[in-house]
Parts: sequence; C-alpha cells; structure tokens
Amino acid sequence: MSTEVISQIDVDRTRGDFSYPEQHTFDAGTGLTHGTVDYIADVKQEPDWIREFRHKALDVFLSKPMPTHWASKDLENIVFDNIRYYLANSQRPTRSWDEVPDDVKRTFERLGIPEQERKFLAGVEAQFDSEAVYSNMKKALGDEGVIFVGSTEGLKEHPEIFKKWFGKVIPTGDNKFSALNSAVFSGGSFIYVPPGVKVKHPLQAYFRINAENFGQFERTLIIADEGSEVMYMEGCTAPKFETATLHSAVVELVAMKGAKIQYVTVQNWSANVFNLVTKRAIAHEEAEVKWIDCNIGSRLTMKYPGVVLKGRKARGEVLSIALANNGQHQDTGAKMIHAADETTSNVISKSISIGHGRSTYRGQVHIPRHLKGCKNNTECDALLINSTSRTDTYPAITVRGSRNSVQHEASVSQVSAEQIFYMQQRGLSEAQAMSLSVNGFVNDLVREFPMEYSVELKRLIDLEMEGSVG
Amino acid sequence: MSLVIHNLHARVAGGQEILRGLNLEVQKGSVHAIMGPNGSGKSTLSKVISGHPDYEVTSGEVLLDGVDVLAMEPDARARAGLFLAFQYPVEIPGVSNANFIRAALQARLKDGEELDAVDYYGDLYKEMDKLEIPRTFTSRSVNEGFSGGEKKRNEVLQMAMLKPAYAILDETDSGLDIDALKVVAAGVNALRSPSVGMLVITHYQRLLDYIAPDVVHVLVGGRIVRSAGPELAYELESKGYDWIKETLTEDAHAVELASV
Ligand SMILES: Nc1ncnc2c1ncn2[C@@H]1O[C@H](COP(=O)(O)OP(=O)(O)O)[C@@H](O)[C@H]1O
Ligand SMILES: [Mg+2]
Repeated sequence: MSTEVISQIDVDRTRGDFSYPEQHTFDAGTGLTHGTVDYIADVKQEPDWIREFRHKALDVFLSKPMPTHWASKDLENIVFDNIRYYLANSQRPTRSWDEVPDDVKRTFERLGIPEQERKFLAGVEAQFDSEAVYSNMKKALGDEGVIFVGSTEGLKEHPEIFKKWFGKVIPTGDNKFSALNSAVFSGGSFIYVPPGVKVKHPLQAYFRINAENFGQFERTLIIADEGSEVMYMEGCTAPKFETATLHSAVVELVAMKGAKIQYVTVQNWSANVFNLVTKRAIAHEEAEVKWIDCNIGSRLTMKYPGVVLKGRKARGEVLSIALANNGQHQDTGAKMIHAADETTSNVISKSISIGHGRSTYRGQVHIPRHLKGCKNNTECDALLINSTSRTDTYPAITVRGSRNSVQHEASVSQVSAEQIFYMQQRGLSEAQAMSLSVNGFVNDLVREFPMEYSVELKRLIDLEMEGSVG
Repeated sequence: MSLVIHNLHARVAGGQEILRGLNLEVQKGSVHAIMGPNGSGKSTLSKVISGHPDYEVTSGEVLLDGVDVLAMEPDARARAGLFLAFQYPVEIPGVSNANFIRAALQARLKDGEELDAVDYYGDLYKEMDKLEIPRTFTSRSVNEGFSGGEKKRNEVLQMAMLKPAYAILDETDSGLDIDALKVVAAGVNALRSPSVGMLVITHYQRLLDYIAPDVVHVLVGGRIVRSAGPELAYELESKGYDWIKETLTEDAHAVELASV
C-alpha cells in the first residue's frame, strides 16, 4: 500500500459531522402532496411525461403499506409529514469548483472531493441536498461519446436513451420507497457509455445531506452499451441531527451484451438517517455487473442490490460489508434473479455488529426450473463484538431443476474479551484492537475493492471503532 | 528501577480472593522465577499486573519504576513497558502476525510518526530467524492454527520486537519439547540485559536449567511463601510442592499457637 494513496485520501474527512447554515432559494416546504410534486416539476421545468410519472408514483406510494410485516417496525417512526422533499439553490450544476458557492465548496473540500478528482477520477458529480452543485467529466471521455450528467439533464437532453430504460429495471411499484423516489426524485447521475468504450478511471458521485428534516431522493441510471466498461463510485455523508433524515435513492443499471459495470458504494451516514435504497441491474448476454456495497452508519439501512441475469452467461456479483454500531440496524442483502442459461452469481456478505447494533442479511436467489448451467455462490459471515449484538440471516434460495448448482455458507464469529485484552497487552487501545479485528474480518473482501476505496473504508472503520468505545 | 508488587489482594470480580497479600520486587537487570502448584494464582498474578478486566484489585499496589499502574488501561501499561507472554496465547483470525506486531509498534510512536516498513521487516526477520520461525508466519493470522510450541515462540518473538522494560513469562515452557525449549530459552536469554527485568513463571524446574534465575519464589495460595536463590528450585523439584505445603501447615500451626 503506497503512502501516496493514503495521503490523497487522508484529508479532513472525520465522519462528515458538520453542517453550514442553510439558505435555500427553492424549498418545496414540509410534507408530501400532489402540490409538492408539481412544485418540483415546475422548478425543474420538466416535460409533461415526467410530471405524470411523478403523480402516478405518488398515488402508488400513498396506497402501498409499509413493509413492516417483514421489515423493522422502526419504519413506522418515519414521519413523512415532517420531511422536506426538495431543497436547492439552483437547478444547474457548475462545471468549475470556482463557481460553487463558498460554503458548499468548503463542505466538499472538507470531504476531499476536489482533491480526489484531480488525483484519480474521470468525472465527479457533487450533490448538495436535492441538486448537484458541481458536475464535470474529463473532456476526453466526452469526445468518446460518454455522457455523465445529472438525472434532470439526462431526461431533458438525452430522452431517447433515458426514456428507454428509466423505471424499467425498477418499476415505480417495486416497493413503497421506490414509489416515493419516483414521485419526488431529484439529482443522481445519468451515465451512458457507448459501445466498446472502456472508461479507465472511476466516475464518482458524492451525496451530501446538509439540511435537517430533509429527504434526499437521488435517481441514478447507468447504461453501459455493448462491450463497454465503467466503474462508478458513490460516497454519502450527513451531519448528525436530532431529528430523522431520509435518504431514499433508486439506482438502475443496464449492462448490454458483454458490458461491465462496477458500482461501488461507501456510505458513512450519521446515526439519524433512514437509508432506504433500491438498487438493481439488468445484465444482458455475457455482461458482468458487480455491486460493491459498504454500509457504515445510519439509523436503519434497508438495501438489497440485485442483478437480473437476463442474457446467457451473464454474471452478477454483490460484495457487501455492513457495520452496525450501537443503535443502528443494517438490514442488507442481495437479489440474484437468474433468467437465462449459464448465468452465474456470487454473493459475499460480511456484517459486523457492535454493542446494541443489529445486522440482518436478506438474500434472494432465484433460478427457475427450465434453466440449465446456472450457478450461485452465497457466503454470509457475521462478526459480533460483545454479546448484546444481534445478527439474523434469511438466505432465501429457490433453485429449481437439477441442472443448476448452488452453494451456501454462513458463519458467525465473535471478537472475545480475551482477544481484545491480548491486543491491548501489546499496546493497542481498545478501539485499535477492535479495528484490527474488524479489518481482519473484512480483509479478504476488501482486497477486491479499488485501492482508493479500501483505504477509505479502513479509515471509516477506525473512526467508527473510536466512536464505539467512547 | 523495579517492578514492585506490594500487599496485592485480588479476586475475580465478586468472587473469592485469589491473591492474598502478595509482595514481590523485580529489579531491572534481574530474572526472578515464580514456581507454584497449579491453581496457586500464578497466571492470576500475571493478568492482574497487566490489567485483565476479569479481576478486581481490592487492595495493594503495582508500581512500574515508581508509577502505580493499577488505574491504567492494559494498553497504557503495555506502552509503559510491561509485557506478558501468555500461558495460553489468543488466536486472532484475519489479522496477520506481521501486521499485528507492526500495529503494536506503531501504537508506541507519537502521533504523526510512521514506522519505517523496511527497518521493521529487517528487525522482524532477524528475530524470527533467531527463534527459528519460518517466514511464512508473517502472513499467517496471529496464533491461528499454530501448534503449542509455535504459539510460545510467537510470544517470545513479540517480546523481542516490543522490547519491554519488564516481561512476565507465564509457563512459556509448557507444551514444549526439549529442542523447542532450548530455542525459546535462547531467545529469552538474548533479551536479558541490565535494562530488562523478568518474571519467569513455571511449574517445573526444567526451564530454569536454561534460563538461570537470580531469585526463586514459591507461590502458594495467593502468597509468596518462600524466596531464595536458584537452589530453591532444585529443592522443590526433588521434594515436590507437598513439601512446601507441609512446612506451611506447620508454620500456620505455629502462628496459630503463637496467637493463642
Ligand atoms: N477468571 C477466573 N474465573 C474464575 N476463577 C478463576 C479465574 N482465574 C483464576 N481463577 C481461579 O483462581 C485460582 C488460581 O488460578 P491461576 O491463577 O490460573 O493459577 P495457576 O496459574 O497458578 O495455575 C484457581 O482456583 C482458578 O480456578
Ligand atoms: Mg497458570
């Protein structure tokens, strides 16, 4: 591990727990009605088809019950009437950091974004509350026909591609929160990579919540055309407020024949955030989609990235790490829907529960009877740090027919007081000892991550452990 | 300069007293041996000195070069120069031996200081060679799947790397065959110096043939009951712990009679 990489990430990035006073030019007010939807569509000057899409989605959202019959009752504590659904100063991101308002720019500088952009990224979109304040991509990529813009710009400027896929991977009514997002979405990325284009450096989006009682609903759509390759990384933070904040994104990926998409998330939400995100990909013939998902922080995260393996020999992968500290619940997992012969999927999930933290793994692997040569491997490992932690595993695997194979392994291990004492006796603080154990537990998985993100992840784990021993 | 244990009383939190007024002083540059029957409190003593959370000190002091360490966290005691070679070294899955020792050394540096990786590996390999530990052990998880003897050698390796001012070796000889014992003893002897005090805990005299102590103490029932030169170890070996226990009952009897 080179020290160069460490120093480029190691800017002031402590937990992201800071905020600047808000002053929004555009505010949809508190609560959610058809009026809120019209306000958003008006401000964004959207075409009618999107306005209608939003209104229909709101009806779906209002008619759907909370999924509390299978998920956490904590969902009932979200007061939708107390949330603000759209806050922005402008609808147009700048292409230069110099034009970003000072306090907002300072926020992203503290998070290290402009610096990372200079060092190793092909493009960056930085979203502050409801809208991107900055969006830029290396010129060479634009020359190759790569599109990397916000969702609003995507639907207005590239309707022929956007309309074809938008809401097709994840229909509005998929779940209550995908319906909510469909009604009030704002921000997020639209990416199109033309056939054969391999984007060497990652494209990065950073989602920052600054306001209290707020909901962030970004919407991302990535289309990798035949034989193309792209890696997208997203980071998320919010300051710690007394009241609940809602983050409910929808992310749709389409990998055409032979394309490769790698989607990396390292979220570091503060403990007041409800993080309810729907992520799904369609992988066509011989395409490959890999979700790398690191869930740190939040009050409740519910997220099950999925891949619909639609074409022959498509491959899907979910590598996830969830860290549930005191008072947090990480309810995460993966969905692999095999819909063609010789498709393969791999799920490796590692969860860490500390104190009263709670981790839940929910998987769904579906291989219908008529298919042959499909394979799934699922591995769920849980690490408990002290006895009050709780972990549950629900690996629903339905494999029909005898021409397909699945493999499933699960383990639960514990960091014992004896291990902590042993490490302390060598001079490591309790937090350092816990970090070392946790890093050891996730190590083989983190090796698969892009270098920049494994360094960042290690830092976040260290910070989280420091926080947990007070 | 010494490690002083003064009138130490300790128990498992809420339980029976295990150490019952223990006194001991280990000067820098000297090697003290503690011998005692199983269950006499030898491991408890080593853990209480190093701050194991299971135990509660009800009275007494432990001074490290004059500083009372009882209020300090175990890691602060370690960084102050205390090392314990565990009777039962703990396995730490996923954490490589090399990273672990490196983290322990890094924890001793000031904020902003970075351990030099090249120097570190140079030192590590040198010490591993002395202890005849194969290079593959750097990337193996700490103690995981190690044999009994490998674990003990790994303890001595850590001691060599961390360079403590005071080291307690708790039954570092148990589970070793004679060849391994010689290697481990040579490793320990190499660390003897005027700036290190050692407390070598053992059940058997055998170890003391290889690590010659300056003073031998006998621990029975949570107290030091005899202290003498190396010859005490031979006496114990030939007469057995029952001999000490018998003389003790006589002593206790005498005390009882005297107090009547
Ligand atoms: N954590 C513990 N919980 C309960 N009893 C303990 C604990 N540690 C030590 N003891 C008891 O204290 C006594 C001394 O144990 P120990 O110090 O391990 O002896 P030694 O190392 O001399 O064999 C034994 O009776 C043992 O059972
Ligand atoms: Mg013992």
